[in-house]
Parts: sequence; C-alpha cells; structure tokens
Amino acid sequence: MLRFFHQLASPKHFYRISGKWIPWLGAACLAFMLAGLYQGLLVAPTDYQQGDSYRIMFVHVPAAWMSLFIYMVMAIAGGIGLVWRIKLAEIMAISSAHVGASFTFLALITGSIWGKPMWGSWWVWDARLTSELILLFLYLGVIALYNAVEDRRTAARATSILALVGVVNIPIIHYSVEWWNTLHQGPTVTKFDAPSIDFRMLIPLLLMAIAFKLFYAVVVLLRARVEVLQRERNTSWVKALVAEHE
Amino acid sequence: MKPATLPQAFSILLRRDLTLAYRRRSEMINPLLFFVLVTALFPLGISADPALLREIGPGIIWVAALLASLLSLETVFRSDFDDGSLEQLLLSPHPLSVLMIAKVLAHWLITGLPLLIVAPLLGVLLNLSTAAMKTLLLTLALGTPVLSLIGAIGVALTVGLRKGGTILSLLVLPLYVPVLIFAASAVANSDAGLPVSAHLSLLAALLVLAISLSPAATAASLRISMS
Amino acid sequence: MTHYDQTDTLEARDLTCIRDDRSLFSELSFTLKSGQVLLVEGRNGSGKTSLLRILCGIRQPDEGHIHWNGGDIYRLATGFNAVTAWVGHKDGIKLELTARENLVFARSLGTPSGLDIAEALDAMELGGFDDVSAINLSAGQKRRLALARLLVTRSPLWILDEPFTSLDTHGISLIESMINKHLVDGGMLAVTSHHTVTLDSNDITRINLSA
Repeated sequence: MLRFFHQLASPKHFYRISGKWIPWLGAACLAFMLAGLYQGLLVAPTDYQQGDSYRIMFVHVPAAWMSLFIYMVMAIAGGIGLVWRIKLAEIMAISSAHVGASFTFLALITGSIWGKPMWGSWWVWDARLTSELILLFLYLGVIALYNAVEDRRTAARATSILALVGVVNIPIIHYSVEWWNTLHQGPTVTKFDAPSIDFRMLIPLLLMAIAFKLFYAVVVLLRARVEVLQRERNTSWVKALVAEHE
Repeated sequence: MKPATLPQAFSILLRRDLTLAYRRRSEMINPLLFFVLVTALFPLGISADPALLREIGPGIIWVAALLASLLSLETVFRSDFDDGSLEQLLLSPHPLSVLMIAKVLAHWLITGLPLLIVAPLLGVLLNLSTAAMKTLLLTLALGTPVLSLIGAIGVALTVGLRKGGTILSLLVLPLYVPVLIFAASAVANSDAGLPVSAHLSLLAALLVLAISLSPAATAASLRISMS
Repeated sequence: MTHYDQTDTLEARDLTCIRDDRSLFSELSFTLKSGQVLLVEGRNGSGKTSLLRILCGIRQPDEGHIHWNGGDIYRLATGFNAVTAWVGHKDGIKLELTARENLVFARSLGTPSGLDIAEALDAMELGGFDDVSAINLSAGQKRRLALARLLVTRSPLWILDEPFTSLDTHGISLIESMINKHLVDGGMLAVTSHHTVTLDSNDITRINLSA
C-alpha cells in the first residue's frame, strides 16, 4: 500500500500520469464551465430585487469557496510533505498557493463589482469581503516566503509550516471579523447568502463550482509539472525527456 | 555532576536572555519610543477633538502596540542566529519547544511588558476613561504575549533570510487581526460602559491556544530555517 | 577522568545531499568507532560543512540514514544531541557575556563533564579572562573559548568545522592535544580543516568530497 503511494508520488511517475490526465480534466472543465455560464446567464431567472446584476454571484461564490478550499488543500499537502517527507506533496502545496491567491483575488474583485450597485460603493467592510482580504494576505505571505528562501526544499517546508499555522488561524480570523462586523455595522450585509435560493439559480452555481474545481486541478497539475521538471533537471529521466523533444 | 534538568535549563536560558537584554538596554527603549510616537501622530494627522480621540483611541493604541511588537520581533532570534548560539540551542539535549517558551517569555518581558507600563500615558493623551484604561492594560497583558508567540513563528521562518524583515510583517500581521479586533473592541466597549468579559475570555482563549501550539511550530520552523 | 563507551558507533549509510538543486555528494557511507577520526576533505563548496551539519542533525540528508549505536539519529533526537558536541564556523558565543558566563550556559545545555569552568579556561590558556566580556577577546581567544565548550561538557562525538580558524600555531597545538586526549579516552571526532591536522591516532578515515 505504502509502496504504491511512494511510486505514485515519485516525480517521474507523476509527470507521466499527470500528462495523461490534464487533457481530460481540461475538457471536463470547459464543458462544466459552458453549461454553468449558459444556465447562469440565460436560464436562471432575474432576481426581483437585484435585477441581473446578481448573476456575478455565479463567479463570486464559487471563487470564494475555492479560495478557502485551496488553502485547506495546501495546508494538508504541506502537512503530508512535512511528516512523510514526500516531495510531490510539497510541490502540490506550493503549486496551489498561486492558484488559491488568484481565486481569492477573483472573489474580491467580483465581490466589489457585485457590491457597487448594492451598496453604491466599490468597497464596503463587509465581513465576508474582509475575511477574503485577509485570506489574500495569508496567500501572499506564503508566496513571498517561498520566493525568499533560496533552497527549494527548505522553501517548500517553511511554507508548509506557514500554511498550517494559517489554517489554524483562518477560523479564528473569520469568527473575529464576523464579530467585529456585527459590532460596528449591524447585521446589514448578509445578502450574499440568500435564505432560500431558487432551484434554477442553484444549478448554475453548482456547475460553476465543479468547473472551478476542475480548473484548479488542471492548473495545479500544470504548475506542479513545471516545478517537478525544474527540481529534477539534473536527473537522468528529465535529461532523457529533453533529448526526446529536441 | 548531573545534567541540568529541564526546568533548570529553562530558567538558565531565561536568565541569560534577560542578562543580555540588560547589557544592551539602550536598544530596548527604541520600540517603546516608537509606540509613543506613532500614537502621538494620530491626533496630528486626524484631529485633536477630544470626543473623536476618545472614540478612535483604543484602536490607535492597539495598532501602535501591534507595530511596536512587530518592530522588536526580530530580536528574538537575530543575535542568536548571527553568532551561532542558535545552532547550539538546536543541538541541546532539551526539547527545543520548551526552550522556545523560555526565549519568547524573555522576549515578552523585555518588549511586551514595557508597553503595559507606557500605555496609561497614551491613554491620557487620547482622553480614555479610567475604566477604559483598566481594560486597556488587561487586554495588553493578555494580548501582547499572543503577539510574541505568533511572531516567534514568523521570525523562526525568516531568520536565515537576508530580507527577512520585510517579509516578516507580511507573514505576521494578518495573523494578528483577531487579537486587534478583540482587544480594541474591549477597550472601546468599556469606554462606553458596556461589559467586556466576553472579549477578555476570548483573548485568554487565544493566549492558551498560542501557548499550546506556537512553541512547537516555532521549533519546527527553526529546524527548517537552520537546515 | 572521563572514559567513553568503547562500543559507541556512528554509522552513515548512503548519504545524499542536494543543495540548490545541485548534488553535493551522493551515496556516502562510513562508520566511525570509538577512538576514530573522520577527516572530511574537499574544495570550497564541496559540501564539507553540509556533511558535518547532517552528521550532527542540524540538517537532514536528502537520502540515506545515520545511526548511532543502531538507532536512527532522528528518532533518538534529543538523545543524540546529548552525545554530540558541535563547533561550527560561528563560535556560538555571546559577546555581551563573560567567558565564564558563556561556559556556564554551554554546560547547562549539555552533559557536564565534571571539569570546573576555571580549569577549562586554564586548559585553553584563558585563565584570568573569567570575568572579561567575550567582546574584548581576540578572534583566536574567542575560538578557544568556543572550543572550551568541549571540555565542560561530556560528549563522545565531537563534530568540528574548521576548528583551527584564527588560531596561531600555539593555539593549534593546544587544540590538537585536546583532541588527542579525547581520542585516547575513547571519543570520536568528525572534522574539516584547511590546516594539516597532526594527531597521534593512526585510525583516521579520510573522505574527499571533491574526488
């Protein structure tokens, strides 16, 4: 069992397998994305309060989900890398950081665009947006630390610890920001999670969520492959690979 | 002669750090002056209206405390790293996480405790009520050790880096947010005559959590940075 | 005086070290027994310091294992730290503390050898500097103070990275005789040095990392 995992986790094996998976994942991502956009932009009904502007939710909400989900994946992968010293887990963790930061940024931007017609300004210190903003800083910290450490393995291990520290803190930060928000502004801006959502709105939301997960899978595999090649550039299998393509 | 027991090693390390701080005491004063100066800048930058200052005072003092703590953070491991003492600590037969508690405790006594002593002065400058002043001291007593404990992880991760200082703030400040929120709103509440026990319990909970998790994380981070 | 266990063994198996994506050494194996010396040679940047840091447990090898009396040193952890003494490039001395304070602290971090602090300072010809701040010592004196740590603690395995840096010929012979005594007592030594080391022992394993 352990042997199987070790083999799967070997960089060479990973490179071969992931190369086969990526086209399929990419195709599935495109299919879900198109279906989700079609459902979200054309099929889902217009909201009686917000008109059509709510439709950005189909990007914003899945992006916000992804921002948290990827941080969890990053921390778990980092933890596995630290405990069992599996190189591939370290690579997965650090490859996730950039994608996660991008999704967080997307959630912030779309949240801001969505908020403009609702609140009349681009930025409101809404609890969820504030949490996203702090999450973005946590991601940027991970990326900055990784770039600052010269030795790649040391860098990956250091960022794994930081991701684990962050994961312990995220619920605390989230809770404290909610508390702060209710103290200072009253429970005014909970419009993001409508209490009962129309079924025709739920479907595109779920489709987009799946599409985003697949997108993450594709991008993280692509990034990880590049990282694997860079790290293993002195090994015989990478040299053979390069010779093959020349 | 028997090897030092763990409590002995703990107290020897604590005393060594306090002795070192005493012998370089001129350096200790800088973060403290910074704390006072930053706080004094706000009335100049915003307004000297006593009512306004009283309203934003708790937040200002706590933000200044956060920055002052950040400023002095690097000294936890800097000189030990530079002169090689950190390697010796790493290779001692005592559990590193316990030695880390001694290091952080010493650091808090040197840099956190003085903030508590100066804070009433700042309270006066910003027109805080007596009740708010008491709460301010309580929140600083509970909150600044959390800052030192969390900060130590960040310093441990960046100690070997040439540009460690600038990255440190990016790593550590987001993690300081809960302390800032609970502490500043506690002071504001008590100024308005509202109860603060919930805030203080939450701060105490953060402190317990930080004490139980941070030393191990700091030790693990140091081992990685030193390798 | 102290005599170490004659059956102590340090065994390295298939050590590989990669630094900045560059392989410094690979599949390095050797055994070090009581009274033996490991002399690590090689050009600058060939991985001498990295090897010593791996041996004392500061750094983990990218591949391979190190065993002390049959147990993996990472499982022994602090137990392995109790039997090793490390003097690296940096002296590990606090300049604001006096010579005596530095040694008292070092002793509390290890297993005391029973040798008095004053005796250790005398042996390193630092007698009379007890209460002098280390900042006022010369580079050679600081180096001797760093090496005096080896005398106040009892560790069978000494790992020394360029111990003779900034020492004059007299200082070097002082350290050499200290090492000779350690080996006669049944200790072991892993060392790198630019200087030629003259030791009584013939039991020297040489590893050249540039080869």
